[in-house]
Amino acid sequence: MVGTIPEGARPLPQKAPGAPLMSSGTGTPIASPAPAAKPPIDVDVPDPIVEIRDFDLWYGKFQALEGVSLRVPRNQITALIGPSGCGKTTLLRSINRMNDLIPYVRARGEIAVDGRNIYDPGVDPVEVRRVIGMVFQKPNPFPKSIHQNVAFGARINGYRGDIDELVERALKQAALWEEVSDKLSESGLTLSGGQQQRLCIARAIAVSPDIVLMDEPCSALDPIATQRIEDLMRRLAEDYTIVIVTHNMQQAARVSDRTAFMLAGDDRTGRLIEYGTTDQIFSTPRDERTEAYITGRFG
Amino acid sequence: MAASANQVRFARNRRRHLIEQAIGGALFACASVTVVTTVGIVVILLGEGATFFQDVSVIEFLTNDRWTPLFASKNFGVLPLVSGTLLIAVGASLVALPIGTVSAVFLSEYASPHVRGVVKPVLEVLAGIPTVVYGYFALTFITPLLRDSFFPELGPFNAVSAIVVVGVMIIPMVSSLSDDAMRAVPVALREGAYGVGATRFEVVTRIVLPAALSGIVASYLLAISRAIGETMAVTIAAGATPHLTFNPLESVQTMTAYIVQVSLGDTPHGSLEYRTIFAVGATLFTMTLGMNIIARRVVGRFQETYE
Amino acid sequence: MSVESAYRPRLAYRHAVGTAFRWITAAGALLGIVLLALLLTDVARDGTRLLSWDFLNAFPSRFPEQAGFKAALWGSIWVIGFTALLSFPIGVGAALYLEEYSGRGRLTRLIQLNISNLAGVPSIVFGILGLQLFVRGTLGFGPDLGGFGRSVIAGSLTLTLLILPIVIVAAQESVRAVPSSIREASYGVGATRWQTVWHHVLPQALPGILTGMILALSRAIGETAPLIMIGALTFVAFVPEGPGDPFTAMPIQIFNWVGRPQADFRDLAATGIIVLLVVLLAMNAVAVYVRQRTQRNV
Repeated sequence: MVGTIPEGARPLPQKAPGAPLMSSGTGTPIASPAPAAKPPIDVDVPDPIVEIRDFDLWYGKFQALEGVSLRVPRNQITALIGPSGCGKTTLLRSINRMNDLIPYVRARGEIAVDGRNIYDPGVDPVEVRRVIGMVFQKPNPFPKSIHQNVAFGARINGYRGDIDELVERALKQAALWEEVSDKLSESGLTLSGGQQQRLCIARAIAVSPDIVLMDEPCSALDPIATQRIEDLMRRLAEDYTIVIVTHNMQQAARVSDRTAFMLAGDDRTGRLIEYGTTDQIFSTPRDERTEAYITGRFG
Repeated sequence: MAASANQVRFARNRRRHLIEQAIGGALFACASVTVVTTVGIVVILLGEGATFFQDVSVIEFLTNDRWTPLFASKNFGVLPLVSGTLLIAVGASLVALPIGTVSAVFLSEYASPHVRGVVKPVLEVLAGIPTVVYGYFALTFITPLLRDSFFPELGPFNAVSAIVVVGVMIIPMVSSLSDDAMRAVPVALREGAYGVGATRFEVVTRIVLPAALSGIVASYLLAISRAIGETMAVTIAAGATPHLTFNPLESVQTMTAYIVQVSLGDTPHGSLEYRTIFAVGATLFTMTLGMNIIARRVVGRFQETYE
Repeated sequence: MSVESAYRPRLAYRHAVGTAFRWITAAGALLGIVLLALLLTDVARDGTRLLSWDFLNAFPSRFPEQAGFKAALWGSIWVIGFTALLSFPIGVGAALYLEEYSGRGRLTRLIQLNISNLAGVPSIVFGILGLQLFVRGTLGFGPDLGGFGRSVIAGSLTLTLLILPIVIVAAQESVRAVPSSIREASYGVGATRWQTVWHHVLPQALPGILTGMILALSRAIGETAPLIMIGALTFVAFVPEGPGDPFTAMPIQIFNWVGRPQADFRDLAATGIIVLLVVLLAMNAVAVYVRQRTQRNV
């Protein structure tokens, strides 16, 4: 009778998936490149805030991610790049257990945040999402006032300080305060697209997360608004760890410190191909598929 | 467009053009039937109602608190019928709005697609059962049940049994329409709330319900309007005694039940007594039409909320 | 960390509230289903005793054990049959006009608005309309056109007007669901508008139209108030032989039996309800069947 999505502290099942990886039915041998046994993990991340270890994820019988291992450095910007359908958004949404909200999702492996596996039984996804905030592809302010948008997370999470002060601080951090300080009671939907996205960033940082996940945050914005968000991201990286999914390689090159390249094989299962500093990935990619992608030969 | 270019050429073929014109005219005539229906309703209610109000003043109709047109000493105050109707409608709303709303939340927010696929149509069956069946249910099940449990003094005809069954029959209007309104709230809004650490309960109560509010309110208005116009269940269960009362344990008569009573009786057509049904019908029509128009206004606002 | 102390998330409490709320909503949905089950068992308990072939083959009687449903059953079949014949062409024609012929102008919007308003008009008001227009043939002033009397056709015309909004909306949705590429292909080979509609749009939309039609008719078959208004008789010991004959109908007969004080007649009403519900169930099953068959084909 109850919903498929667990309300409380129930993690995704850890047991092995029922379906084999290469499902039967495809008679011809699949010519996809054999997945690298251990993708090259950048080893010089001494104190990772997020450590993904051998992470698999299925939507029903379809395996969306296989064997992803990645260490995200603290207070830096890590970009996930790759062609459409490579699993980068799925991976991003696994880091704050947003994927729990989709029916029939199963995960295996480990994502440790400050050493604690967030897929452990006993971990509350609600608390995970407060500590790991998210900014979405399309600005999605609530149909409420600007003030209520920013205060929402603080209110439900029992913020004990001065809410007005918190709202002001978050809006200043999101570089929106000057534009909205005189109309905090107006609907968030009255703002322009770029302002809405900065409002969503303010909403995310108002609950003092350690990490902010950004899923193609500029894909719905014009170049000027994009520029402002990118500047903002650089400033936010002083206080927060940022993981950003982007379609736009120039954006990854401009803003990120580290870049992870993902790719899906002919089985459409996403895998991590290469991970390194952004400079290294864009100047001397080690994997030829990475090179093909960043030079625009596919995707 | 290619279509209009074609038509320019076909215009030279006069026969074909005439056939097309005739078909278009016939289809328009079909669509006009609905307009003629509305005009017919308005003309009949206004026309016959006007002759009624030549004999009975509007003031008396609206203010007299007794309705006894079929008795020797005649009173033409519609208030007892209106109060009976409102008693049923308000009572039924008290049953249907809470049950319908939480059912809608369940369907939209908690039920798995599989469970939803079963529960929603089953609830909608409640709206598909003929109202005469609800009348039977009220008379033979609800009234005895209430008499045996809570109200030993309850008579065979009473408002409360009609309230219960009318409430049950309008549950699906609330549950289905509110479910639609809640499901129309974009996933992105829910995710935005989950993303700052909201529980499902908080997402539902603080994001989804407020965002869907106008759709939910519209479903309430449509359901109440349906309760006002409901006829057979109240005719069978609530009785035929116009009372200006808000006591649900008494027998009351609604506007609809009165119209049925007159048409079943041997009141001569054309008499003043007979013409009361047009005055009452006009009152009923105005009330339900007003609620429906307000409901549509509310929905119209709801659709502008996003985008 | 100072940040942690700034919040008191009280997650256990919030989850407890959430769980309680979820069960409340499930209980609400369950309550509706329980009430439906109660209603059906109440009817089944009272009505099965008198259910027999004789019940379907006998006319009403003063003696409950001899009374039957024949006149009501056949009266309903006659009325609904003519309602179907009338509402199908008018409803589809109106839908085609609104979707394929009319522009997006004010007239179309007016007709559309009018249709949704009509859908909310209480059925008894349609009964008043039918009584004046079809039984008496008068608008209350002007010439008396002469009506059809208390006949099958007057009932069918009334029910037709009642269900037309439902039929039209369902037909419109089916017509709208036909991909415009099909229309463009047809126009592209030089077909006229009607040829396009007749050969391409209608066949594609037909299953959806039929489903909506059946559901509308199942609404009509349970309607009582408008037929009482137009004077369907409650004691009829014959089966109509033509559209001009007087008639009764299943819900009318049930209403008549419910109103009698004797318990046996109330049980008879329950028996009639069983027959009516079985007919409704069968109609809905056909509608579901038509819908599912087409979903597979598309």
